[in-house]
Amino acid sequence: MEKDKVPQHDAGLLGGVREVQYAVDENGRYVQVRSTGWDPKNAALIQAREMVNARVEDARRRALAGETSPLEYHMERCMMDPGLLADYAGLPARTVKRHLTPRGFAAASAEDLQAYAHALDLTVEQLRQVPAAP
Amino acid sequence: MRIAFEHRQAAHCENGAAANLLRFHGLDLSEPLVFGVGAGLFFAYLPFITVAGAPAFSFRTLPGHIFSRAARQLGVRIVRRKFREQEAAMAELDRILDRGIPVGCVVGVFHLPYFPPAYRFHFNAHNLVVTGREGNRYFVSDPIMEAPTELSREELVRVRFARGVFAPRGHMYHIEGPVGAPDVGRAVRRGIRETCGAMLRIPVPLFGVRGIRFLAWRMRRWRERLGDARAALALGQIVRMQEEIGTGGGGFRFIYAAFLQEAAVVLGRPELEQASQGMTAIGDRWRGFALLASRIFKERRGGDAAYGEAADLLLEIADLEQRAFRELQTLVR
Repeated sequence: MEKDKVPQHDAGLLGGVREVQYAVDENGRYVQVRSTGWDPKNAALIQAREMVNARVEDARRRALAGETSPLEYHMERCMMDPGLLADYAGLPARTVKRHLTPRGFAAASAEDLQAYAHALDLTVEQLRQVPAAP
Repeated sequence: MRIAFEHRQAAHCENGAAANLLRFHGLDLSEPLVFGVGAGLFFAYLPFITVAGAPAFSFRTLPGHIFSRAARQLGVRIVRRKFREQEAAMAELDRILDRGIPVGCVVGVFHLPYFPPAYRFHFNAHNLVVTGREGNRYFVSDPIMEAPTELSREELVRVRFARGVFAPRGHMYHIEGPVGAPDVGRAVRRGIRETCGAMLRIPVPLFGVRGIRFLAWRMRRWRERLGDARAALALGQIVRMQEEIGTGGGGFRFIYAAFLQEAAVVLGRPELEQASQGMTAIGDRWRGFALLASRIFKERRGGDAAYGEAADLLLEIADLEQRAFRELQTLVR
């Protein structure tokens, strides 16, 4: 890639961070060039974000309908799976899976709720809430 | 206290942290040179490991290997430690910092506050250098960032003890003892040899040039086997691994080309300059692949034919890489 062809396709995804790319200058020497983004890469980042958003939205609707626990919604929001959440909360994966059902969540102990709240950067009150709109 | 540490932005976190640490200790090598000597370039396709709903790909060697190999080749001693206890991990960090030595830390990026949200996945093999502390604040040189930054003690504990795959468990490292005047030429030759071996000779079809061919073969049937949505996601995953933070573009092939250009001078071998140009052309092909792939997954364009076209391009790249590394091998024999 040539220096003057390093793309600068800022899609507002990187919060102003410019990344180093390596490209050749007019004399064929490699130099560092900062880039604000490139369309194919931006598209891949947006695709990944949309996948996360779709999972969060699906969990939100099901939690509101009482088909799953609020914990699943918050877990998806933090891009976690039950294993990772268990790890962050310091609980066995089986316990987490139980708490992912509405009945299991209703029966969760105050300590366990505190552990989830801490793992997910929420208060226990927020952990029980699921927003009515996305 | 704040250690007088020169922050230089790099494409890739591990090379960047390594190069900046080595320079602090008096060995001024570029990021590409550290990458090449550390034999960072690779290709791996791991269809049985699922990351974010898609198979795993890598254009580089395992986390930590680049600096470890580079240090070994250069005769530099690195001390690495991991911890069970958070307090012990922070106490040891403070102890080394108070000796005036900058410390590399392996961290998870999900909770890294200064990182752009688009990059904050549960990825646990990011490298940054802590360059001092004052009260509750730690001074941080993150090679990905343009300027030095800071973290609070709590923030630093959190990222050092991120959970999940490759959990860093407080992993920290620093250079110990004097750094001499190593034989860089020998290190360069060995680094190239190691990369050639990794790309050409691993007898498993998932790695190196074989891995690229295997991926091409599987890709032709992705739509049929995974369905449209997951096939598109898998393509997007390749593009992210290839172009996202830290590769310098073209799945590290441009950094490697920059390394070969330097190697030509270090070893006094003009043929390596040509090899560098060949590697640039390969990087450009990978960019072409990313462009094609993004059109497929963005516009949901074409059916099996489009995936076949992408697979054909991969086969072309595999042929080019095979030829390039065979030639390199004969150059440094």
